[in-house]
Amino acid sequence: MALYRAHVIVSIDSFSILKGAIEVKDTLIDKLKKYKLDQEVKVLEMSTLGQIKDVPVILIYPEKVVYAPVKVEDIDEIVEEHLLKGRVVKRLIKELPWLPKKPKLEEARIVLSNAGLIDPELIEEYIANDGYVALGKVVKEMKPDEVLEVIENSNLLGRGGAAFPTGLKWKFTRKAKGEPKYIIANADESEPGTFKDRLILEGDPHRIIEAMVIAGFAVGSHIGYIYIRGEYALVIERIKNAINQAHNMGFLGENIFGSDFNFEIKIHKGAGAYVCGEETALIESIEGKRGEPRTRPPYPPTYGLWGKPTVVNNVETFANVPPIIRNGPDWFKRFGTERCSGTKVYTILGNINNKGLIEVPMGISLRDVINIYGDGIPGDKKFKLAQTGGTSGSIIPESMLDVPMDYASMMEAGAALGSGALLICDETNCIVDLLKPLTHFFNYESCGKCVPCRVGTTKIYKIIERISRGGGLNTDISMLEDISKTMAATSLCGLGQAAAVPVLSAIKHFRGEIETHIFDKICPLGVCKI
Amino acid sequence: MERKINLEKANEIMKKHGNNPEKLIEVLSELNSEYGYLPKKVLKQVSKFFDLPLSRIYGTSSFYTMLVTEPLGENIIRFCENAPCHVVGAPEVLESLEKELGIKIGETTKDKKFTILTTSCIGICGVGPVMIINNDVYGNLKPEDIPRILANYK
Repeated sequence: MALYRAHVIVSIDSFSILKGAIEVKDTLIDKLKKYKLDQEVKVLEMSTLGQIKDVPVILIYPEKVVYAPVKVEDIDEIVEEHLLKGRVVKRLIKELPWLPKKPKLEEARIVLSNAGLIDPELIEEYIANDGYVALGKVVKEMKPDEVLEVIENSNLLGRGGAAFPTGLKWKFTRKAKGEPKYIIANADESEPGTFKDRLILEGDPHRIIEAMVIAGFAVGSHIGYIYIRGEYALVIERIKNAINQAHNMGFLGENIFGSDFNFEIKIHKGAGAYVCGEETALIESIEGKRGEPRTRPPYPPTYGLWGKPTVVNNVETFANVPPIIRNGPDWFKRFGTERCSGTKVYTILGNINNKGLIEVPMGISLRDVINIYGDGIPGDKKFKLAQTGGTSGSIIPESMLDVPMDYASMMEAGAALGSGALLICDETNCIVDLLKPLTHFFNYESCGKCVPCRVGTTKIYKIIERISRGGGLNTDISMLEDISKTMAATSLCGLGQAAAVPVLSAIKHFRGEIETHIFDKICPLGVCKI
Repeated sequence: MERKINLEKANEIMKKHGNNPEKLIEVLSELNSEYGYLPKKVLKQVSKFFDLPLSRIYGTSSFYTMLVTEPLGENIIRFCENAPCHVVGAPEVLESLEKELGIKIGETTKDKKFTILTTSCIGICGVGPVMIINNDVYGNLKPEDIPRILANYK
């Protein structure tokens, strides 16, 4: 194997490609050839480093210097100064809070430990970073019940939003009668503002494969599905490649690690429907039907795909499994809060300086996320509200910024962590105007199967739209509350139940502003066209 | 005007995947990109091949946003209207887009060149507002960018 004196990592992810990462990489390679450095300096394509505003990112080892954003025009200087003469190009340096050079706060990377640092298209790099060690340990040294115990003791909660204990879900599936059993990875990430699963899969696809095989071993299943959104073309490509490589190495297929355990993974591409992120709708969709949720119970662990016991876990949940197996449940519990172990991956968006992806221990407050990781709000504007958990999440005013963000504390405060999207809005945003796209979204995405959701989402949108035009009626707020509460109590699945959340929380915290629209026919911020 | 539809390609695609219902959505997706939409004639063929009622095939076809049952314009613009794009200026961009083409969301221009649809969040909120034309993604949009971008497709 050739040895290189320096490695240059170029971020090739969906954001960077949009900003010319491929051209940057090609120019870099050309330039290195020109200076005959191509035998000394290796250029590698990685995925994201969590930085999405200033992309493409170039990371140079061994110095661990990060340059961002890099343009084609900058390549000359980087090659001539840094790679040829060994002088760092100061004007392009970018500090990344989690890179150990200058730690800003405790960003702990469990799920994203490899993302951006290994080549996602090479299984060898994953293996070199402890990849498939957990799987080997499981199939060679452990019994299924022991695996279940480790996961249960780790206190890992589902990261898709519902926070159901993963160990318990696996246990139910193991005990349920019926063969074959199925393992499904839910990568139908469609919650607006959420793209953590995409970046996990783009940056470290083998981790999910390893976790699915471990889950299969623990519950007694031999077939897994990854349900990937149809829009995620790069993810589909990388997972396909990873599955092939894992097969060739004997980590998938028959006699895994020489044991008598067999496991296969199939890819199922979605075709565009938000509701398919709901686990029973997702199962219907794999069966080739309209993605309409089923009545529950029975839940998937007893009655899932083709009516058989099925584990459905979110990508981020799976991503925690290999490190938990390797390091043990007590290690995992060192991160986060007492009730919610581990870390959470967030996407920070909206009116914020540093948009992007972070992974921090459970329990960090939103205020810290905004000020430290997000680097504050652009301009001299003030914070007005945040929406946590994507479009179905609750709206949080300034007064709630110090609530520790873990599933239990957020629920007690009447909010939800959901998928981990954090939409930050400054003082120029009007609450009614913000509710418009939120309610329109549910009106559009409701599958129409159950009445409260089908009728409720339409009514709510119409009322909000009418208020924003100055046509609000005196009874509108109580009508919104009535409909929302009915939907929350009677809808068949999480979509209808959660559709009410932003409306109810907006009324709770910003009632005055909505009332001004209705009674005075004025938008105090001049956003709505009344 | 219904174009003449050649079923040979459809049969080929179906044969390649087999008739396990698990493959239905994948087959429909491929047929959709082959024909530009899912014509009734093709859906009837799918129904026969999978041995499932046409209503069931149509039900699946009409459910998903990436499958369409009516012919659309030559270029399909999918505009993101979700909240993360909304708070960074999507409404103004959409207004410019609708004005430039003289159509609203869901409509097709008279010359059949463009259709505007919405897209669910494609997770590149970091560069919002975002739209996709065919397979090209455009981010960080400003209202004044629209004429220049559309010119590439005229």
